[in-house]
Amino acid sequence: MAMRKENIVVTRRSFIAGTASTGLIMGLGSLLPGCSSDDAASDIANGGASKQFSPAVWFEIDGNGAILINIAKAEMGQHVGTSLARIVADELGADWSKVSVKYVDSDPKWGYMVTGGSWSVVTSFAMLSQAGAAGRSVLLEAGAALLGVAVDECGVANSRVEANGNHVSFAEIVSKGDVSRVFSDEELAAMPIKPAAERQFIGHDTRALDIPDKTTGDAVYGLDAELPGMVYAHPMIPPTRYGSTINSIDDTAARDIPGYLQTIEINDPSDIIQSWALVIADSFPAAMKAAKVVNVDWTPGETATVSEAQLFSEGAKLAADNNAGTLFVDHGDVAAARAAAATTLTASYRTGSALHFTLEPQNALVEFVDGVCHVHAGNQWQSLIIPYLAAALQIEESDIVIHQYYLGGGFGRRLFGDQMIPAAIAARELDRPVKLVFERADDSRFDCVRSPSVVKFDASFDDSGDLTGIEHAVVAGWPTLAMAPGFLGAGVDGNGKFDGFSVNGADHWYTLPNHRVRAINNDLAQRTFLPGWLRAVGPGWIGWGVECFMDEIAARLGQDPVEFRLSLLDGSGKNAGEAPRAVGGAARLAAVLRDVSERANWGRALPAGEGMGVAVSFGQERDKPTWTACIAHVAVDPESQAVNVKKIWQSLDCGTVVHPDGALAQAEGATLWGLSLALHEGTRFRDGQVADTNLDTYQPLRISDVPKLDIQFMDSTEFPTGLGEPPLIAVPPAIGNAVFAASGVRVRDLPIRL
Amino acid sequence: MRCSVIEFRLNGETVSSNSPPDTPLLWVIRDELKLKGTKFGCGIARCGACTVHVDGAATRSCITPLSVIEDKSVTTIEGLDSDVGKSLQTAWVEHQVPQCGYCQSGQIMQAADLLANNRNPTDEDINTAMDGNLCRCMAYVRIRKAIKSAANNEEA
Repeated sequence: MAMRKENIVVTRRSFIAGTASTGLIMGLGSLLPGCSSDDAASDIANGGASKQFSPAVWFEIDGNGAILINIAKAEMGQHVGTSLARIVADELGADWSKVSVKYVDSDPKWGYMVTGGSWSVVTSFAMLSQAGAAGRSVLLEAGAALLGVAVDECGVANSRVEANGNHVSFAEIVSKGDVSRVFSDEELAAMPIKPAAERQFIGHDTRALDIPDKTTGDAVYGLDAELPGMVYAHPMIPPTRYGSTINSIDDTAARDIPGYLQTIEINDPSDIIQSWALVIADSFPAAMKAAKVVNVDWTPGETATVSEAQLFSEGAKLAADNNAGTLFVDHGDVAAARAAAATTLTASYRTGSALHFTLEPQNALVEFVDGVCHVHAGNQWQSLIIPYLAAALQIEESDIVIHQYYLGGGFGRRLFGDQMIPAAIAARELDRPVKLVFERADDSRFDCVRSPSVVKFDASFDDSGDLTGIEHAVVAGWPTLAMAPGFLGAGVDGNGKFDGFSVNGADHWYTLPNHRVRAINNDLAQRTFLPGWLRAVGPGWIGWGVECFMDEIAARLGQDPVEFRLSLLDGSGKNAGEAPRAVGGAARLAAVLRDVSERANWGRALPAGEGMGVAVSFGQERDKPTWTACIAHVAVDPESQAVNVKKIWQSLDCGTVVHPDGALAQAEGATLWGLSLALHEGTRFRDGQVADTNLDTYQPLRISDVPKLDIQFMDSTEFPTGLGEPPLIAVPPAIGNAVFAASGVRVRDLPIRL
Repeated sequence: MRCSVIEFRLNGETVSSNSPPDTPLLWVIRDELKLKGTKFGCGIARCGACTVHVDGAATRSCITPLSVIEDKSVTTIEGLDSDVGKSLQTAWVEHQVPQCGYCQSGQIMQAADLLANNRNPTDEDINTAMDGNLCRCMAYVRIRKAIKSAANNEEA
């Protein structure tokens, strides 16, 4: 099924402020044919919505001054509600103690709904600032009228309009004032935004709104949702993701289990869910017990014997084929540089399969009410899964509502809500609410894993030893091809398409005279499993090769790894960067690199068996970069070859930091994710499935594995970029390069196993 | 399997379940007794998200059968009202520990067991006590800080 990219184009909308029964509401909505802005304003004044105008209410202020800000993003640990609300509240001039947030359902009025890519702040910042400013201007005008003074005599702060020592609160304004107003897109875009120095909340510390409930057991996750009359479903997953067939289902042994009801086969017209059965019971323990004894006989699909080694082998074959793939970068003339080269350097880097392992297993509760499919589950990309659900159920997208919950971990796993499909099919078939819950091993087998990858570099040097060009082939399974093909990018040579989320990071900010990147799909991976977007996505594994190979070149040239990188980060040409998001370009990357090398005292003497390694990154994408530089200090045991990471330094520049403590928390977590993926966790395909499905053998980092961390943000008032993923990227290569410095062993496979 | 009624104390109240005696305590707590703060993670006692106290000791409820808690006293995050427990919850907010938060009930219950037995844990003590509790967001730096901060408050 093709995703249409035009879905994400925002139609012409107006920003409306109006009085409703509850107070002042402010929102954004599409004006339908025949509905003028004035009609919309009067509709909103008469109760909020109408047939002609259904506003997405961004925030509302009631007669007591309570401010409710609606959040259309998923809360999965990044405290996104706090960050986005701080942006609105700052411009609004709110009293922060009056602010609360609500995570909304998938009503189309919210526009395109996705939480990923470290995009939430960078893509919402301007709009939310303008919305807050528009709200302030409405309150200011109405407040000035109530105070009997001119608007330009008034200021707004702390939920009050103040003038000459008098003030009127937002609560009073909302109760007594005239607050109806419509802003066009143009007016909204022209709203004056506060200079950074006048900000009250952005860049100032606060406590995250979601945290208290997460210390008392009161936070509600998808797994916690219940409905009257629901039954539990336990998945029976086939031996291959694709192409298996069910020959028979024998539930004889389950029939004596108290609470066991039946086992049903799932027929999914969308083909996302192939050859599944669900064990249905009136409790989850009964479903688990029955699932152990229900015998489903499958004929496996053709990928039933695929191994990690075969996936790597296919990747290596494709990487070596100069005709394979699509050009993602084509700068200068790599072929000519190669032909003229005095010497060359070739290396291949690989990363193994990795699981999301969200601690909350996949689950979905689905109920049909009057033909409308209500899904209860935490989800990151409602606008992606709703069309698939519609295809699976053969109903209209408008008849599907996804109710949002806290996510017990996202990390990209919950970008695809595929678990909703079997739950929905079962709920309709059984005519009652169905709660589908995965046990851990099933969750791992059904995961959209980070694809194993192979990349190959061919560097050319002239006869004076200068680097003249790099050819870079990048091969992996492509999540975007599998799940959202409408988002594939077009090759720069106009030949074919590529998954930007499986090649971003190869378009780095080093100035090279000749540089070519080929993005290649590993078709065997694509046929064997569903490749997924895992935290930091493409750059999370592409950075491994890019930054380790830079070290190899520096070593070849006899140059210091920091100095060598700085020499290539000259900010010339396309690497100058563009305002607002990428303003400063490579100069900002050089700045974080200098900062981290000073703080780590790079170059100092270390005991034998110890070393420091460096790496930089600019995740998640070139047009919205967060500049990071990382140094790892490791010791390699000469006997056991065990790698002990003693300390990690990071310098990060994400422009304006909206929620500083939340940003640091994300950076800490992402840094440790990088360490975990480098040294601790990983799996492999065996017989067409991941071999490690639970914590007995899949071993993410634990508290005793945490090294010293020194993470600093650069002071900046530039446009804010993203933070949930970028601090992960440079960690594995910094560790790999440190292992080389400590031991002389050049590691080219991730995870690192000496 | 014959189902008899099994009684135990949950957060100070006497409760009963007529589920089969091999039913994991986790699901009795969550789905029968409707206390959802205790979480399901791995099902094999290696993530700690399901940690509760049974007669005061941190216990993985996902592998604890209902039969063995007959007449015992179970405390969940909702009923954690010891001084140590409250200090930990306060410290968890002060240090802004949770990210997704899904593991945090278990982390706090495990840490409460640690501090109940060791009022001034060293880093090594914390490693030993908390290594069985996976935080997938890897908020470990703050978990350690919060435990130390709660321990200091208790000392004072």
